[in-house]
Amino acid sequence: MWQPGKVLLLAVFSGIFLITGFLDSISAGERVSVPVIPKALAKAEKGHAELMRRNHMDLMIHKRDKTVHEGIRNKKYSLKACISCHAVLGKDKKPVSVASPKHFCRTCHDYVAVKVDCFQCHTSKPPTTVNLGPGSASFLSKKIQEYLR
Amino acid sequence: MMDKNVGALDDTGTARRKFLAGIAGAAGLSIAPGVALFSFAEAKDKTGPVSSKVRWGMLIDTLKCADGCNDCVSACFKENGIGSTGRPDTDPQWIRKIEIRNPKTDREISLPMMCQHCADPPCVDVCPTGASFKRADGIVLVDKHTCIGCRYCMMACPYQARSFVHENLTNQKTDVPRGKGTVESCTLCVHRVDKGGTPACAEACSDTAGKAILFGDLNDPKSEISKRVGKFASHQVRSDLGLDPGVRYRGI
Repeated sequence: MWQPGKVLLLAVFSGIFLITGFLDSISAGERVSVPVIPKALAKAEKGHAELMRRNHMDLMIHKRDKTVHEGIRNKKYSLKACISCHAVLGKDKKPVSVASPKHFCRTCHDYVAVKVDCFQCHTSKPPTTVNLGPGSASFLSKKIQEYLR
Repeated sequence: MMDKNVGALDDTGTARRKFLAGIAGAAGLSIAPGVALFSFAEAKDKTGPVSSKVRWGMLIDTLKCADGCNDCVSACFKENGIGSTGRPDTDPQWIRKIEIRNPKTDREISLPMMCQHCADPPCVDVCPTGASFKRADGIVLVDKHTCIGCRYCMMACPYQARSFVHENLTNQKTDVPRGKGTVESCTLCVHRVDKGGTPACAEACSDTAGKAILFGDLNDPKSEISKRVGKFASHQVRSDLGLDPGVRYRGI
């Protein structure tokens, strides 16, 4: 049965809950924190970060078609080059896969709740199969500098 | 971007290819041999788009293909990161060895069978999304970004060359992305060919005594494959279908 009194009461209560919940989250600082972007292993050219931040998806999809249909396999805007340079090393000093929340792509995509399906088919780790010992970050960096040259 | 793609795909069309071949033939008659070398160098350019001046193909000599030898298959699986799921019925087969016997003469032949990289591929004809396509240089591929996994191409292919990935995959090779829900087949090791290499199966076969698989450019009259195709009788499997496969067999 339609009971305006009860509906009004419910609306008022839920409103109070919502507002208090919102105020709580602000006062306790429980907003989702802005992701810390892992540093790349190689040095990029000037303006790379700014360009990629806005355009990486368009550049990569363009390159994707060029590679698949025209066989253009240079490193510029290739996914292989991205994941090589932006490899994040785990505790075992080996590059982490996209299964880890530390993975470069995931840091931002998790934050903005964008699900990418690249890694259902593509590997999320750099092509180097070298067993990385101590000082591996610098070693890998050197390898990747060589690769990107 | 789209316009360029359409242009590239048009370049693979039969009518246009014949037209280009006509021009190339005319030019070949009038230009000195030194000039032909220039176009050869151009075809090997790593950064430029692939061109229909090249037609990649294979010549498989069944007289040299050893019965029971599986080197080409294992090399292919290793190169492309294909592992068994433990369920052979649905395992991908980019290349398989088959043994055939003529019941009238009892002659037995062993040969590898894979995507024949047709000039007029039926898999491309039937693909509803345009995912199945032929590159300008004759390599037939699946663009897995557009493949919806309908498997119509698998039914259209007279060589049963295509496989479907039924299960989630991990640890794919960097140069060979593969994933669940898409159709796949022999790529002629396109990632190697684009860098001037040869397919893994051809390499594996040349390492052993067999040397039954020869890979090369069928359009280049100076290539080893063109010379051999010109010298010895070779056949396309199911040539009656008029698909003009790039893979040819000797001794069948």
